[in-house]
Amino acid sequence: MSALLELREVHTYYGQIHALKGISLEVNQGEIVTLIGSNGAGKSTTLRTISGILHPRRGEVLLQGKPMTNIPPHKVVEAGIGHVPEGRGVFPRLTVLENLEMGAYLLRDKHEIARRMENVFTLFPRLRERVRQPGGTLSGGEQQMLAIGRALMQQPRIMLLDEPSMGLAPLLVEEIFNIIRRLNQEQGTTILLVEQNAQAALQVANRAYVLETGRISISGTADELLHDSRIIEAYLGL
Amino acid sequence: MNLPRTNALEAVLRPLGQLLLFVTGSSVAVSLVVIAAAYLLRGTRTDMDLVQITYVLLPQVLIDGITLGFVYATIALGYTMVYGVLEFINFAHGEIFMFGAFAGVEILIFMRLRGMLTDIGDITALAYVVLAVLTGMVVSGLLAVSVERVAYRPLRGSPRLIPLISAIGVSFFLQDTMRFLQSSINGDFYRSFPTFGPFTQRFTLFTVDLDGRALDVAIQYKAIIMIVVALMMLVGLNYLVNATKVGKAIRAVAQDQRTAGLMGINVNAIIAITFLVGGALGGAAGALFAFRFTRVDPFVGFLPGLKAFTAAVLGGIGNITGAMLGGIVLGLLESFAASYLSIFTRGAFGAEYKDIFAFAILIAILIFKPSGLLGQTVGQKA
Repeated sequence: MSALLELREVHTYYGQIHALKGISLEVNQGEIVTLIGSNGAGKSTTLRTISGILHPRRGEVLLQGKPMTNIPPHKVVEAGIGHVPEGRGVFPRLTVLENLEMGAYLLRDKHEIARRMENVFTLFPRLRERVRQPGGTLSGGEQQMLAIGRALMQQPRIMLLDEPSMGLAPLLVEEIFNIIRRLNQEQGTTILLVEQNAQAALQVANRAYVLETGRISISGTADELLHDSRIIEAYLGL
Repeated sequence: MNLPRTNALEAVLRPLGQLLLFVTGSSVAVSLVVIAAAYLLRGTRTDMDLVQITYVLLPQVLIDGITLGFVYATIALGYTMVYGVLEFINFAHGEIFMFGAFAGVEILIFMRLRGMLTDIGDITALAYVVLAVLTGMVVSGLLAVSVERVAYRPLRGSPRLIPLISAIGVSFFLQDTMRFLQSSINGDFYRSFPTFGPFTQRFTLFTVDLDGRALDVAIQYKAIIMIVVALMMLVGLNYLVNATKVGKAIRAVAQDQRTAGLMGINVNAIIAITFLVGGALGGAAGALFAFRFTRVDPFVGFLPGLKAFTAAVLGGIGNITGAMLGGIVLGLLESFAASYLSIFTRGAFGAEYKDIFAFAILIAILIFKPSGLLGQTVGQKA
């Protein structure tokens, strides 16, 4: 079975800085795969390379075997990769409604847009109460819901989530991870999750990769990694 | 389920209301200042009654100021749109305006050579003015897009000063290109807007009684046409930015370019559309300018361009509502200065000093309130 998303020996640079040094990974249909690692390991860089914000100097990004390398972000979105960026990327001065409409930018069918929006509101009832409010006035948790909801408007084949728990209170973190689980189980969304909160990420994921200074050091099922002494020592802090 | 939509009617009525507020507000403010000055300086002149003269001139000065203000506002929107999206000041915008002015004049001259401007009805004449404006819009819009593609896009991501220098270069290039074209084809580098139609006729608003003499307060058809056309541009732009999908995409790109790309928005295309719209507004203003002042030359865009830039800064660069406010304030100030300065100073300062006001405002705003009267950016709903 060929993977839904595959990275083959990807090398990405920021100018002279060699940020990704040959990353290979796979995400299969219906999985939650998490990419954990410390600050500056290259997690966000990996996601940005997948979504076309950055272009790899060597290596390939494949979506169902089709190369995604060197095409601009808006074409990557069209191909079915949704990216919820680090820091959420909510448009602060567009209303919640307009933010969601931007998620459906490529879609013309008004009924389909309305149907997807209804789906988002069912998942995040709080967004419905705030449709008229500018995105920038929402709380951090609400903004994260909006960013995820906006990506759902694209009905992506795979959703890239970049540190969705960042800067949120513990209760909200739990809520966000519940949402990720629901997205996967109820909506059948395939997810590639980048997290610093390794514990929570490993609990929600099927498989995991550990990224260290631009290289994948450990990979396996989430269960294996949760019990791996190296992981426990370095990332779980138990 | 019933989702709150951006109401089309609201998107039209709102800018109209704002404009009405700006026009009446700044008219009243400037008038009061001038009237107060007239009372204060009354004693300085024995040859005439300053207060009376002030009142007599006032309506005409207001009409002229508002007309000019709408033109400045239309040009200022071009600066502000581009700044909102790229945080870059397109200093070639004045030359894009100049190309629009020439385009409007050239198409009418072309039609006059074919005898199309003689013996025509009022409606046809009006249609031809509209045609000139549309031609200006098309030429300037396309020119702005080409300039962006050739001179700005390759420099995106370089330090901010670089595209600015490029813009100044483009500005000289366009001036000289037009001078070259005009002098090699026509032998002279200025052109005149053909005279036709009833536009210089005046429409009497009311008559004032001045010591037994009846004095008409009148408005030229020209001014009415200019105000109406400019109004349509301003309202149209507000509609585009606030109520259409493209407009929302423009605002999204202005707020967060990278995330806009992740929404499937083609950021380069949206930036090109921003230049197209801003350029088209500049071209419309150029054609209106030619309609009003008749003579156009390759350097005609320089001063209006700088003043419209001042207007944009005054209102808060990047802010669409602010550009409209700034344009109207500036137009009124200039018109008032041109009329009252020499009367109040006993001729020491003539109308030729009117430009001092625009640039004194620019400096004052940059020192005391760099974010402008209204602040904020294109990303903001206007």
